[in-house]
Amino acid sequence: MIKGLGKWVDDRLPVSHFWNAHLAKYYVPHNFNFWYYFGSLLLVVFVLQIVTGIWLTMSYKPSAENAFASVEYIMRDVEWGWLLRYMHSTGASFFFIAVYLHIFRGMMYGSYKKPRELIWIFGVLILLVLMAEAFMGYLLPWGQMSFWGAQVIISLFSSVPVIGPDLALWIRGDYVISDVTLNRFFALHVIALPLVLLFLIGGHIMALHEVGSNNPDGVEIKEHKDSSGKPVDGIPFHPYYTVKDLFGLGVFMFIFAAVLFYWPDGGGLFLEHPNFTPANPLQTPEHIAPVWYFAPHYAILRAVPDKFFGVLAMTLAILILFVLPWIDRNRTRSIRYRSTAFKVNLFAFAAAFIGLGYLGTQAPTALGTLASQLLSAVYFGFFVAVFFISRRERTQPVPERLQ
Amino acid sequence: MADSPSNPARRRFLTGAATAVGAVGVGFAAVPFLSSFQPSAKAQAAGAPVDVNIGKLSPGQMTTVAWRGKPVYVVHRTERMLEILPRMNDRLRDPDSSVASQQPAFATNIYRARQTHERFLVIVGICTHLGCAPTYRPEVAPEDLGEDWLGGFFCPCHGSKFDMSGRVYKGVPAPTNLEVPPYVYVSGDLIRVGGTEEDAA
Amino acid sequence: MIRITFFLCLVGLLAAPNAKAASSNYPLEDAEVDLGDKASLYRGAQTFMDSCASCHGAKMMRFGRIGDDLGLTDEQLAVLMPDESTKPGDVIETNMPPEYAERVFGIVPPDLTLTARVNGGDWLYTYLVSFYEDPDTLWGVNNAVFPLVSMPHVLAAEQGVKQPVYETEGEGEDAKRRLVGLESPERPGTLTEEEFEQKMRDLTAFMVYMSEPAALLRAHYGPYVLAFLLIFTLVMYLLKKEYWRDIKH
Repeated sequence: MIKGLGKWVDDRLPVSHFWNAHLAKYYVPHNFNFWYYFGSLLLVVFVLQIVTGIWLTMSYKPSAENAFASVEYIMRDVEWGWLLRYMHSTGASFFFIAVYLHIFRGMMYGSYKKPRELIWIFGVLILLVLMAEAFMGYLLPWGQMSFWGAQVIISLFSSVPVIGPDLALWIRGDYVISDVTLNRFFALHVIALPLVLLFLIGGHIMALHEVGSNNPDGVEIKEHKDSSGKPVDGIPFHPYYTVKDLFGLGVFMFIFAAVLFYWPDGGGLFLEHPNFTPANPLQTPEHIAPVWYFAPHYAILRAVPDKFFGVLAMTLAILILFVLPWIDRNRTRSIRYRSTAFKVNLFAFAAAFIGLGYLGTQAPTALGTLASQLLSAVYFGFFVAVFFISRRERTQPVPERLQ
Repeated sequence: MADSPSNPARRRFLTGAATAVGAVGVGFAAVPFLSSFQPSAKAQAAGAPVDVNIGKLSPGQMTTVAWRGKPVYVVHRTERMLEILPRMNDRLRDPDSSVASQQPAFATNIYRARQTHERFLVIVGICTHLGCAPTYRPEVAPEDLGEDWLGGFFCPCHGSKFDMSGRVYKGVPAPTNLEVPPYVYVSGDLIRVGGTEEDAA
Repeated sequence: MIRITFFLCLVGLLAAPNAKAASSNYPLEDAEVDLGDKASLYRGAQTFMDSCASCHGAKMMRFGRIGDDLGLTDEQLAVLMPDESTKPGDVIETNMPPEYAERVFGIVPPDLTLTARVNGGDWLYTYLVSFYEDPDTLWGVNNAVFPLVSMPHVLAAEQGVKQPVYETEGEGEDAKRRLVGLESPERPGTLTEEEFEQKMRDLTAFMVYMSEPAALLRAHYGPYVLAFLLIFTLVMYLLKKEYWRDIKH
């Protein structure tokens, strides 16, 4: 009976085709390590943000007058509202933790290289849209940090030559951040950008499943197939990686829940303390720090002692990722077989990113600015160094098959 | 690569266990999402008891208060209105208020009111058909309702009729009598709609 | 090794202390807040209603919620309510008209629902015990962690008024005095120092609770959720091991 119904549907909708193409007969390298959990985890976090977001909109009021109070209403009066809200706010931070680790994985194992350049480009686009999504979402609680953070970031646009001031005005829809701005950010945050993200994620995964996953060895498994045409070093994603990712999901959710139930403020990094004061357009808080996931970029902005070039540097810090597949001219993918120079370069980059993140949350000091400048140099220096190192890099021989 | 399992029973057991744990997890996770649809503390606060002063309500007059966002009618019935009530019985669907959900036990009488205060009718002004607010039509035999009308409540949406105790007529779409909310007399002049016996004088 | 270093960096980043909103280098004392101590919270709630609520509101806190969370009887809850007509669903509101407050204090006293969440319990506690005599101000008192605060020392009768200890920096016209500590009041208040500090700890604990009533729920459900996820993870680990027996490489 159920089988009959299944067949009836399958004859009319490519259910089993989809299942086989993307799960049961989608072959992936068998040597994925720790770093390969984050892709599927990101998908879970995305769904979590969508679902909790839908639930939050049921009680949230997008107006300057009511927004702050409605968030506290969710935290206090709505049954389990506090959990929904903390899931969403903690989820935002975990989204970025997972995204940054996922990107780092791609850089370590050369997952951006031919033929996976388009996957990488989709990924950087996802990062960009995600940042816009997070930025607009952060205005919604309408606390002091929401307001002044948005004020600062939107003012960045005014540094664009010629059209800058008009552009900032156009984004705000008012002469200051106001009810109008809040309303349009709400619309973009809950509908427009999530839809864009959904399409980009779709493209990311479709491009991935077209060429197949890379792996820690950077070996192309499709080059060795058995008589039936299956990659010798590949295993079907389902059930092997579904069960493995479920285990990863368990660990992830445990950490997530531990933070949510015992540390939802994240020490002032996930939920900034001054944001529990309603937005006051007449009084700036003493110290404005962006949420931690924007802190590295913010530190780069502050490192440059010129408004326009600061904004340019910050923008470039993200946009430069797009061209990484062409900057890196070496054909060896995995860090395992690359030169020491590359390894040092990559870890210096990661350390600089973390260091900038720390500096971006701190109040500006002379020493801090100097450190930011140094680390910004390391950050951009990575791309320059890769360009030259990769030209004549002495790599170790890459094995034919997975190790 | 993928061979048949060495121990199919163990695999079946673990798959079953994982499915069960996963299902329990999804079940628990659904609770907050579903519970958040319940009335919030704010809505419950708005649903707190409401006091109505009936001291200035002259005979024949009706006043409306909001309780839990619903209109509650309080009518000071005249002696004549009370006299008509027993004569209505054979025109009504449920003259004895036998549907328990439509009134607290104390109002299971012909007046559908508290004893010793039977002149005062307290009912929820929401038609039991599809939720419109019936209008108060105390006059006898008005032009639009015809000669038989002896005063009561008339729902303009679908023409349901109720007598001066909120009891439903036969042959109208509304299935049951209008609801009597829980209420108590805090003092002779003060009704607390939604109040409990503890509030009573 | 690389992996471990990486995570240590990440943890260090997250644990980085964040800049505080209130500016003053005066050292903060530990408020020793224990949200599990319901008696302390109830005493704090009484102090709040007696001493704070006449000027400050706490418009996001409902009386009924306090009653439920602290396990109060109706009588105990009634003690907190300003009058007979207050219902459990009502929020803590002040009777002081804003225009009057503006005239007398030069500022409308802020709503206190979330104060503890903005500044933290330790700041709040230190603020409450650190008023000191300063004849140059409107009310004759100043505060060590909140310089030139517009609030008078409401509990002066109970605490007495602490005396400042200054240190002078520079000489002559440029000399600046800096507050370095507080000494016991010259004329003690009606409470001993220990009694007053306990009272302020209770008040702080209540205000910390008030700033996030959900903290009690978090503490309640947290262990169950984590225990379940531990089981979930364990089962998934076993399932993964079982399936991966197939893979020989």
